[in-house]
Amino acid sequence: MSAALAVFRRELLLAARSPAEWAQPLVFYLIVAVLFPLGIEAHDPALKVFAPAIVWVGALLAALLGVERIFRGDLDDGTLEQLLLADAPAPLLVGAKLAAHWLLTALPLVLAAPLLGIALGLEPLAVKVLSVSLLLGTPTLVFTGGFAAALTVGAQRAGILLPILVLPLMTPAVIFGGGAVRAAAVGLPFEAPLYFLGALLALTVTLLPFAAAGALRNAME
Amino acid sequence: MPSLLVRNLAVARGDRKVVEGLGLAVAGGEILHIQGRNGAGKTSLLEVLCGLRQPAAGEVEGQPEPAQRHWLGHKNALNPALSPEENLRFWCALNGHPADRVLPALQEVGLKALRQRPCGRLSTGQRRRAALARLLAAPRPWWFLDEPLAGLDHAGIELLARLLGGHAAGGGAALVTSHQPLPEGLAGVRHLELRP
Repeated sequence: MSAALAVFRRELLLAARSPAEWAQPLVFYLIVAVLFPLGIEAHDPALKVFAPAIVWVGALLAALLGVERIFRGDLDDGTLEQLLLADAPAPLLVGAKLAAHWLLTALPLVLAAPLLGIALGLEPLAVKVLSVSLLLGTPTLVFTGGFAAALTVGAQRAGILLPILVLPLMTPAVIFGGGAVRAAAVGLPFEAPLYFLGALLALTVTLLPFAAAGALRNAME
Repeated sequence: MPSLLVRNLAVARGDRKVVEGLGLAVAGGEILHIQGRNGAGKTSLLEVLCGLRQPAAGEVEGQPEPAQRHWLGHKNALNPALSPEENLRFWCALNGHPADRVLPALQEVGLKALRQRPCGRLSTGQRRRAALARLLAAPRPWWFLDEPLAGLDHAGIELLARLLGGHAAGGGAALVTSHQPLPEGLAGVRHLELRP
């Protein structure tokens, strides 16, 4: 466990050394959400209808931004070899890296989401559901993205390959996340989609570190 | 310390077998110098012996456990944004070693004064020395060193010779790839020439 903690702390230290790199997803997210009202009319009632999709798709695209570099730096400088040869289970270390990545890139999106929800005209209950759905759904986005990043880490032009590979895998999170907010906005039961998001979270957080560690080992061959 | 035994080993890089039918034994106190031209399969063989890569055929017996081996690849495993001290402390924490030998190790490789400078601002040779400091920060009986001479100046090569000599004299084993000759005067050195 101390090895996982060491990896987690190192990610935070590296983020502190280059804050601009880690702020990019949040800035991108805010810009995307602000562009939509500018594209139609600020008081257009359609905005309220589209708000769940705007916030969720924005979060999805923002989460994709930093995914490629999760393992790239470690591959380039040789740290990846040391991670795979360490006296600690590789899936645990991969899980720690992805957890740190979620904390640094996705948690700010979750925290900014209520503000965007209110700005886009969502009711208080829908804003709460939006926050909960993103809290449950963004780890799935990050862990799925991390798995795809591990699969493509040795590939040239991974930046092009990665979104094509990862977007279909992330679709269920967007469907259930957006669905929960939409249901809350029109007064329908919203619990079921949240349960599905929770199930996806449990699956991705427990299984994908193993798959990603396997993919990284394969990349070293 | 059990010996590393290799029987009828084949190593492939992609579809191409770079090593075939190899047999060897390495015991404590020995330094195996793996030589060969570019593309002969030195790095691939070392990766197989260390456990980073699966062999295409054959057996490797007595492969050391993670806590028993050091891997120094041709990349230094130093994040350019972190200092040598931070990189070494991370490596110690990753492997469950106390960090109390980090500063003596950096002093021994001549980097104590530069220990807080980001590795991205060090020269190639200084980064190689910082990577060599890992060998001293946590003593382990097996060393797998891939082109350790690369980037080192004369004093750096002498330092490496001293480290290898001390390691072998203490009963440790080292497998070293290089297309350059190892420093003269090292005891217990055996040579393995790979031909493409």
